[in-house]
Amino acid sequence: MEIFDKALGVHPYSLQVRLDRAEIITSNLANVDTPGYLARDIDYQNVMQSVSAKLESSFHSDAMSGGRDQVKYRVPYQSSPDGNTVDLNVEQAKFASNSMDFQTAITFLNMKIEGLHKAIRGE
Amino acid sequence: MSFDAIYSTGASAMRAQVMRLDTIASNLANANTVASSENDAYRAVKPVFETVYQQTETSFSAQVNMAGVVQTDRPVDQRYEPNNPLSDADGYVYYSNVNELEEMADMMSASRSFQTATSVLNRVSGMQQSILSLGQR
Repeated sequence: MEIFDKALGVHPYSLQVRLDRAEIITSNLANVDTPGYLARDIDYQNVMQSVSAKLESSFHSDAMSGGRDQVKYRVPYQSSPDGNTVDLNVEQAKFASNSMDFQTAITFLNMKIEGLHKAIRGE
Repeated sequence: MSFDAIYSTGASAMRAQVMRLDTIASNLANANTVASSENDAYRAVKPVFETVYQQTETSFSAQVNMAGVVQTDRPVDQRYEPNNPLSDADGYVYYSNVNELEEMADMMSASRSFQTATSVLNRVSGMQQSILSLGQR
């Protein structure tokens, strides 16, 4: 449905970025005991800036493409002898805050859908 | 689909930690095992974890895999116990090289990591639930 492509704005992409970030942080948490594993993360702000720039210039369904290049390595607070840079507490906190942000994105999306409902019914 | 990747990453972490607990249980069970020669003595086993990166364009996940187990090379404990039925010709027996304190600390670390994986999976299933109820009132 082409007319609804732009209706939800940037929020579906925001949701996708949150989900991708959850995937990355889950990987960090899974590899907390793997020697030599380097913790990774993405900068939400950077990704969303490039997404909204792409959305403004022209609408592309692949506005999310290239997200893989945005994955960066985390700078550890302290080094460990086995070369692993995952800090369990830091990753747990980031995961919790990311999933709260995910719920926020869901709420925004629900409000958009609610608005569309109202517009369609002409209330 | 991202959710699938998260679930399988969490599952890989739980599987790896359970296997790690398995080696710890073997080590603790054999902490006081006696052998009649140095070669037969029980040596503590340690798991070796490795990262498996998903090689697709849209996937960010990195699962954990247990590559295998290695035996520790710490020397085994040789004790003079001539009354032990397993003692060799000179009256020596060979105890395992398991360090119980190290194993207990390892056990705590493994069960913490396992708990982390379960709470991540709980959280993610909550996220998926809220996706499913999107647009409902």
